[in-house]
Amino acid sequence: MSSIPADLQYTAEHEWVRLEGDIATVGITQYAADALGDVVYVDLPKPGAALAAGSIVGEVESTKSVGELYAPLDGEVVEANSGVVDAPETINSDPYGEGWLVKVRVSSTPALLSADEYRALIGE
Amino acid sequence: MPDTPSPQHDLSQRHSPLHAVHESLGAAFTDFAGWLMPVRYSSDLAEHHAVRTAAGLFDISHMAEIAVDGADAAPFLDYALAGRLSALAPGKAKYSLVLNESGGIVDDLIVYRMAETSYLVVANASNRFAVVEALAERARAFDVALDDRTEQLALIAVQGPASAAVLAATAGLHIPQLDELKYYAWSPGTFDGAGNDTAELIVARTGYTGEDGVELYVPNEQAAALWAALTAAGEPLGLVPCGLAARDTLRLEAGMPLYGHELGLSIQPVQAGLGRVVVTDKTDFVGKPAILDGPAEGAPVLVGLVAEGRRAARAEYAVFDGERLVGEVTSGALSPTLGHPIAMAFVDPAVSATGTALELDVRGTRIAATVVDLPFYRRSATTPA
Repeated sequence: MSSIPADLQYTAEHEWVRLEGDIATVGITQYAADALGDVVYVDLPKPGAALAAGSIVGEVESTKSVGELYAPLDGEVVEANSGVVDAPETINSDPYGEGWLVKVRVSSTPALLSADEYRALIGE
Repeated sequence: MPDTPSPQHDLSQRHSPLHAVHESLGAAFTDFAGWLMPVRYSSDLAEHHAVRTAAGLFDISHMAEIAVDGADAAPFLDYALAGRLSALAPGKAKYSLVLNESGGIVDDLIVYRMAETSYLVVANASNRFAVVEALAERARAFDVALDDRTEQLALIAVQGPASAAVLAATAGLHIPQLDELKYYAWSPGTFDGAGNDTAELIVARTGYTGEDGVELYVPNEQAAALWAALTAAGEPLGLVPCGLAARDTLRLEAGMPLYGHELGLSIQPVQAGLGRVVVTDKTDFVGKPAILDGPAEGAPVLVGLVAEGRRAARAEYAVFDGERLVGEVTSGALSPTLGHPIAMAFVDPAVSATGTALELDVRGTRIAATVVDLPFYRRSATTPA
């Protein structure tokens, strides 16, 4: 059973969002990381990039497969986590902590899933 | 990709006789050719590295075992398969192919000669029914009996440089002259598990990882006890259970083809670098006229490609020479052992020479790649040859 922290919000594309003021930190869920297997390559949007909710903005690649990273909300990238680019395995070992992917200045309040809704979505 | 069994066959999902063991180990599962098999237990990469440096334990019970027995077993297989199996000595194994009338590949196989008039043919799970049907069709004029034993036999592979030490330390496992067992040879063995009857094993020095190792054919009933004994003996030596994800990256590094990727019905063996597997001076064998004609002029050939960086090309990605589309990737990954992307691809023979610079289209980004000789990885240690 995957860890699904109650204080985060989620998307149907298996991303998590931590909203603090107008800054959203975004990552992929443990469920997604487990399904991918060992992550070996990450391609993230650069600071300054404008994101449109639902658009493909990056990739998370494992030895076995490629996962696309969808923008969970509208906004502008303020920071990309260079730590996961250098050490992609961090996404497997700490998906909700050191394995975060981007911080985004949000331009509108996103409609996201609660932890319970996400748990129901993945059938756990 | 795995093909679809014909409709008269049972399509319900099969479980390995070791399924409960895998569940207790927390494996993640994947459907493979109708079998629910472990894709990984913990980490693909850790499992891969364990096989390269110590040992890995694989459940490959989905593989199909077909016994061929009878006075005509040898001439039958010479006719039905690409190789000259009549020349195989009892106690030896041979890599072979089932060809169709067009010289295309129905499946690749390991054939073990059990005795003068007895063979065991081991086929891919995805092609089990195609192989059984092809053999049955081709057996009509021969005095042979075919017996599909897939549902009775489990298959456990121990692979890696510590394999022999693991087997030697395994309680209840008796393999006469394991030290003398050569690559592509087999020996009978026995296993006495607690509370079980003595199991008769086939111990084969074969594998699909590029490392030394064995494959153990064991009756379903004793498979779990054998797995437990191997685990108990192997853990102190670094043995870990390994899933199909690691098996795939290991075989790719070793340049070994996977049916549905590097091999298929419209691919002649010579295109996949397997021309040596076909013995063309046999009197008759299925596919002979087409093999003698050879593939069409300019038919694509299989090559190895290496690239820099970390972005791997995957199956079906396009290969370019400048602006010209010259081929398609069949398998690709970031090589866990080598640390750079590797791929196999079918390309135009005009650009297949070792050292040729090509480009891979990785989801819209061109990645520079170079044609190299296969395999990508060759173990340094030696097995008795």
